[in-house]
Amino acid sequence: MDFRYDDEQDALREAVRGLVGKAYGDYEDRRRTVTTDPGFDESQWGRMAEMGLLGLPFSEEDGGVGAGPIEIGIVCQELGRAIAPEPYLTSVVLAGGLIAAVGSAEQRQELLGALSAGESVLAFAHDEPGRRWSPEASSVTATSSDDGWTLTGVKEPVPHGARADVLVVSAALPDGGTGLFLVTDATTAGYAAYDGTRAARVTFEATAATPLGEPGLDVTASIATVQDITRVMAANQALGALQFLLPTTTEYLRSRKQFGVPLSTFQALTFRAAEMYVSLELAHSMVDWATMVVAQSSTGQGDPQAVADAARRVSVQISTSGRHVGQEAIQLHGGIAMTMEYSVGMYVAHLTVLDHLLGDGTHHLRDLAGAVTTYAALDPLD
Amino acid sequence: MQLELSEEERAFRDELREFFTTKVSEEIRDAVAAGGEPTKEHIVESMRTLNAAGLAVPRWPVEWGGQDWTELQFHIWHEEMERANVPTPLAFNAGMIGPVIAQFGTEEQKREFLPKTANIDIFWSQGFSEPDAGSDLAGLRTTAVRDGDHWVVNGQKTWTTLGQYGDWIFTLVRTDPEAKKQAGISMLLIDMRSEGLEVRPIQLIDGGHEVNEVWFDNVRVPADNLVGELNGGWTIAKFLLGNERVGVAPSGITKRVLARVKGLAEDRFADDPLLCARIATLENELLALELTAMRVAANSADGKPHPASSVLKLKGSELQQAVSELVLDLAGPGGLASGADDTSKLGEWERLAGPIYLNLRKASIYGGSNEVQRQIISRNILGL
Repeated sequence: MDFRYDDEQDALREAVRGLVGKAYGDYEDRRRTVTTDPGFDESQWGRMAEMGLLGLPFSEEDGGVGAGPIEIGIVCQELGRAIAPEPYLTSVVLAGGLIAAVGSAEQRQELLGALSAGESVLAFAHDEPGRRWSPEASSVTATSSDDGWTLTGVKEPVPHGARADVLVVSAALPDGGTGLFLVTDATTAGYAAYDGTRAARVTFEATAATPLGEPGLDVTASIATVQDITRVMAANQALGALQFLLPTTTEYLRSRKQFGVPLSTFQALTFRAAEMYVSLELAHSMVDWATMVVAQSSTGQGDPQAVADAARRVSVQISTSGRHVGQEAIQLHGGIAMTMEYSVGMYVAHLTVLDHLLGDGTHHLRDLAGAVTTYAALDPLD
Repeated sequence: MQLELSEEERAFRDELREFFTTKVSEEIRDAVAAGGEPTKEHIVESMRTLNAAGLAVPRWPVEWGGQDWTELQFHIWHEEMERANVPTPLAFNAGMIGPVIAQFGTEEQKREFLPKTANIDIFWSQGFSEPDAGSDLAGLRTTAVRDGDHWVVNGQKTWTTLGQYGDWIFTLVRTDPEAKKQAGISMLLIDMRSEGLEVRPIQLIDGGHEVNEVWFDNVRVPADNLVGELNGGWTIAKFLLGNERVGVAPSGITKRVLARVKGLAEDRFADDPLLCARIATLENELLALELTAMRVAANSADGKPHPASSVLKLKGSELQQAVSELVLDLAGPGGLASGADDTSKLGEWERLAGPIYLNLRKASIYGGSNEVQRQIISRNILGL
């Protein structure tokens, strides 16, 4: 059991931090970037590809680098630290992860190769209006005929759906279950989410679609597992943001004066900062652990159930810690954190988006609560 | 980063697991599992069993019975002990005065006291707090005045846990009334059979007798019993309290209390989504705390605790209290039967639930109150 990163992992973190810091170390650059479509910096996306970050999760046969979850977690943490708007989580980890899990060898090589090279942006069109989080599709349906497969229905919101070159779309299959499809020419209407990143409404009207992997196969379980892995990586990204918010807040408490003295003079405030630290450290431990569970699973020693359990547990913790630290960061700053021109408020917005991307704390707590009678005590090492 | 223990770590863990579950008597471990306070006999027997195998005081210097372990091994030792419901070696001996004497004591003091302390031939008590010196420990007023080869001690200590069993007491006393308050304090070791020393019980809200007042009326203490430098007691106190903070998060015990009650009371919560959610929330928080303890252990270098160790006491005591609250709620009306004997139709856990809930209010007060912990975090870690 080892919570420490090795030298190569430390070097990766340094490299990513340098790359991300150069683009968004000044929050004003992030603010400016998200004012225009596609809501992120295409040239930065290209630099991430050059560094090999976009191909990190994928095997070398598929055009990737073949790194593990620990490395992907490091990238996500560093992106979160600067709330970089590039669609790493939704395009690489989620949509790319689905293609890696379900796609045919040919599809994997073509799509993941282009993704890794920075030539193609992917999006996972999955959420449907009017429902909460699920691994299944319901209102978007797939139909098979002699001319091939078509999809009908609406997906919304689809993160980065308007910019994406290829959409991975979930749809209810004619014989039940959920299948995945590739679509390149759907009707999209894009807009900004409240953290400045982009989302879209995607409309299918008997739109031609290519089955991903084996046609007609129910892949709900694969979707669930890739979602679980993405939850753990989203938690890594949130952790990076939290690690920015706490020192930013404490620095403000030291420098901001009211009543003629620094705010750090007031114990009512410093004690709240201490509680933020507790929240952050608990989240940090849980994120490290969940990432190691995914890593163990990816080497064939774990199982999807262990990943699902770790994903729920880290999601509950990061949701609790993220809301606590985020809300307190704004409150302890006061009015300045309500403004677009100051970083803290937008960090909280981004944390809130991450919290609701694949299920918030209450959503995951329900599953944990339903299982409390199935074991005695939790042992994180067994 | 990897989750699995290495082969060596696994073997180490299995060896300890085997030892704790076979060498420490089942009677003792059952009593601990039930959640009651261990008796003096249980504490002594268990610690001697551990000491015979070199497992009572592993954090001490090797020459005085300690172990040359990694932080992770210390952590595994602690976890396995709690997992097996083995009483933790008496904190006053193993965690407090032992390391102090090893660090600050004379060679004579080490030879005289350390072996007896490790084997609990001396049952130590702690004489720090006073009626007017709680969180503000440096405000203590018990005095020691030099008289030939002796110190003459007058004053009162309080909250002396298990003082009724104590053979010796390590005290902070004021040896220079003129100096600034931290600067005039020294540490004295006092035989509790000395003339003029009186232990008076304090009854607590759980009905039990766990803590005491200790009164000193012209108690004569040999000058050789001064530890460290004259008026250097505050440095020793800080050393001791720093050790205490690291060792005081009983996440393993709390986890097993919860697991045990889940087994005993499943029919009461299985169909109640709100209670299930409370249990799941607590289990998740306990997991986060346990992982933090592991991460802290893994990242501690050169014996210096990782900054996050201060989280352990703060959160650990909160969760300990929250679990006791849940247990009492699960007991429901049965919790009122705290005075019933074994002929009661109610389970032991139900009868103990109320007193334990009340007793554990102490957890956020002792060992540096949680407000003091927040102060440590905000000042020492966050630089506020």
